[in-house]
Amino acid sequence: MTLSTQKNLTFECETGNYHTFCPISCVSWLYQKIEDSFFLVIGTKTCGYFLQNAMGVMIFAEPRYAMAELEEGDISAQLNDYEELKRLCLQIKKDRNPSVIFWIGTCTTEIIKMDLEGIAPKLEADINISIIVARANGLDYAFTQGEDTVLAAMAQRCPETSCQKDRSDTIIPQSNKHFPLIVFGSLPDSVVQQLTMELKKQNITVSGWLPSTRYTELPAINKDYYVVGINPFLSRTATTLMRRRKTKLIGAPFPIGPDGTRAWVEKICSVFNIVPNGLEKREQEIWASLEEYLKLIRGKSVFFMGDNLLEISLARFLIRCGMTVYEIGIPYMDKRYQGAELALLSQTCLDMDVKIPKIVEKPDNYNQLDRIRDLQPDLVITGMAHANPLEARGINTKWSVEFTFAPIHGFTNARDILELVTRPLRRNNNLKEVSSEIYSSNY
Amino acid sequence: MKLAYWMYAGPAHIGTLRIASSFKNVHAIMHAPLGDDYFNVMRSMLERDRNFTPVTASIVDRHVLARGSQEKVVNNITRKDKEEKPDLVVLTPTCTSSILQEDLQNFVNRASLESRADIILADVNHYRVNELEASDRTLEQIITFYINKAIKNKTLQTQKSVIPSVNIIGVLSLGFHNQHDLVDIKRLFSDLGIKINHIIPENASVHDLKELPKAWFNFVPYRETGLMAAKFLKDKLDMPFIDITPMGIINIKSCVRAIQETISKFGSENNYEEYLNRQTKYISQAAWFSRSIDCQNLTGKTAIVFGDSTHAAAMTQILSEEMGINVLWSGTYCTYDKEWFQEKVSQYCSEVIITDDHNRIGDLIAKTEPNAIFGTQMERHIGKRLNIPCGVISSPVHIQNFPLGYKPFLGYEGTNQIADLIYNSFTLGMEDHLLELFGGHDTTDILTNTLTSQTNISWSPEASRELNKIPGFVRGKVKRNTEKFALQYNNNLVTLEIMYEAKEKVNT
Repeated sequence: MTLSTQKNLTFECETGNYHTFCPISCVSWLYQKIEDSFFLVIGTKTCGYFLQNAMGVMIFAEPRYAMAELEEGDISAQLNDYEELKRLCLQIKKDRNPSVIFWIGTCTTEIIKMDLEGIAPKLEADINISIIVARANGLDYAFTQGEDTVLAAMAQRCPETSCQKDRSDTIIPQSNKHFPLIVFGSLPDSVVQQLTMELKKQNITVSGWLPSTRYTELPAINKDYYVVGINPFLSRTATTLMRRRKTKLIGAPFPIGPDGTRAWVEKICSVFNIVPNGLEKREQEIWASLEEYLKLIRGKSVFFMGDNLLEISLARFLIRCGMTVYEIGIPYMDKRYQGAELALLSQTCLDMDVKIPKIVEKPDNYNQLDRIRDLQPDLVITGMAHANPLEARGINTKWSVEFTFAPIHGFTNARDILELVTRPLRRNNNLKEVSSEIYSSNY
Repeated sequence: MKLAYWMYAGPAHIGTLRIASSFKNVHAIMHAPLGDDYFNVMRSMLERDRNFTPVTASIVDRHVLARGSQEKVVNNITRKDKEEKPDLVVLTPTCTSSILQEDLQNFVNRASLESRADIILADVNHYRVNELEASDRTLEQIITFYINKAIKNKTLQTQKSVIPSVNIIGVLSLGFHNQHDLVDIKRLFSDLGIKINHIIPENASVHDLKELPKAWFNFVPYRETGLMAAKFLKDKLDMPFIDITPMGIINIKSCVRAIQETISKFGSENNYEEYLNRQTKYISQAAWFSRSIDCQNLTGKTAIVFGDSTHAAAMTQILSEEMGINVLWSGTYCTYDKEWFQEKVSQYCSEVIITDDHNRIGDLIAKTEPNAIFGTQMERHIGKRLNIPCGVISSPVHIQNFPLGYKPFLGYEGTNQIADLIYNSFTLGMEDHLLELFGGHDTTDILTNTLTSQTNISWSPEASRELNKIPGFVRGKVKRNTEKFALQYNNNLVTLEIMYEAKEKVNT
């Protein structure tokens, strides 16, 4: 176990024996977000089985995704990868006619070193359809990081505005008083609109989102554009935008919770030299409207086992709500990309006068269950593998996966986060008569 | 490469894990990348298991790729040995780890030296067998291991029990209605005066395995899992086995007669005929049901059947022989069990289909247009799209296939459940048809679905589009509440801003 301390935050690193979703799960929300896409996961039956079961009913809705299931001949290189992929992609083109096919590389394509990045450009020219390669595999990444690999690959496909004659005109259109801003991260369209409007209120125009609703409408990204992330797991995308597209990253806390949203907007304003207007009042109003939920959780404790990288932002928000956080488990911690969020976490702990929770990277679920037994937190935010067994032991749980699918961003959706967090507590109030005594902590 | 959207049977390691986690105090360690432990989610969610699933992963990551697992697997095994004190650890390769070609057997040997637990390596080829075949193989492997161990230690209990007894082999976790079936099988054997020696692997201890030879015979309720183990016990210890699934009245009869014959060879003379008649007449309502007027209407109705070989074969026979329904075709995705299936069902249907391609099944259903479908969750959805009712009779499983109530498919209570399932599928279909014929239910359309429709409130195009994105079942409520909110502030035009504001302030 390695320990390091930075700005009073404690980081630990455990064994990495924890449960999370495979990063190929990003297919399930990205194919819905990018309407003219098709996702081809190149892997084995194991990958297919996971997607089939994890996506539940969506699988029956003719999803725009499929497995390219590798057979023994592919593994032993008796079959030609190029020819095989060509055959499959032509069929997809014929059946669905997408604007882009995403190839999702998996553990198996990594191990057999299938040269997807090499094959894609050739095949792209051959069959005249865009092919983007993202290696979202379980050897390197966890759950939501899958989206990060896809967006990083997409960032390189965003067009550049060609008209370079009058730079000041292209880069700073007349209507804008600031440099163009691109927001990155996949969100449901309604949340995109809400956040866009939030910025508009401060006279900030969003020039484009990565990803957009259609692949054919990817935003133009030029040198010196500003970019800002909306999710904590997008570090590769941020790096790509900075290094490959020469943009400037606005390092801000993430717009999760009213406190996070305000800090996010304020940070963007400060970069553009805009004095934020009415934000404080807006935040206060949101907090006031949340009072019925806050009453339920104030003074309660929470334990994040860690599986989706939203943990720091959620913990920060819940501390502001008056909860105590015992532990923040997280699969991977990018201290640079999440710098502003970590600073806000420290500040929040200071403001609320609570101890800064320790952050446990690559946690060990077995050890965590030990600690949970000792600490008896009021709420454990965890994956579905542990939820029912913990409930049977009298520990309240909330499935972490729901936070990745529910709209949780911006002022408007703060209520949805608390709706999720308080659900087990509200349920307990309803079930007092039946089950509060039966399920207790006798491990 | 194969373009695949859906698969009927899972990958091999799932089969191994289902066996390992069905035993008591057996722990499986998967040699797998992060995220491959989805099995734990299925156990925990579908079976609503109250205990932690005894499966952990020894994670294969970049470092393992570069340097090999080295001490990692051994350490994970010995650690688990100390933490959980299992009787047996099953090291389970996955499709990813099997192409790494690490010498996992060597890890097993090394870990054996340091562990109290027995350790074995699941011996399945991930690119050649599926979940069902792997479960059959793993169960055989574990039983073989402990029988051989008992022979070596001279602890094998070969003395037969005084009264007739049986081992039930192949009841396991995440099996289609297995828990309910087990209750009815127990009842059947109790009625027949046969003692149950052991049930394997469900909740059994590996220490029980040395007592298996005490039973007079073995019983394999499902073809998919347990046959290999039963054959091993036959070859090694000369134990007879019965593999007739007691699903449907006719099958129960042949199953019980086979039992009678088997135990008579050991000198226990029983005549179960009277019992069979009594059960058929009074306990099972299915036989009476198929004579009743209701069931006459089913005569000549068409159906198709698809599922695993056990359930699809039995269902085909029930529909055809016990209900008088015309089975247009019957099929299974257990392609490896083709000969048996073909022989079993060809007399009851016009065509036998062997495939694991759901598209082919979908097309066939569309082409043949049966009155009802009996299949898996996939056929249920095909049925939804084609407006054909479907009864689910086989895995792949879904949360709905773990009902809280008692719903066996086997035994006499099973016949009642199946009769209900069949009848309900057809009645609903008929009702639907009649409704269509007579133009639907006689209800007056509710003309206004919003209470504020009198006021002249309008929606901006953007807000309107946004409203349409809201799922249908809550759209009305959101619309109403947003309009109320807008009117409260004297707005006659709902814009996006107002919509979001309403969500924030009144939680529309």
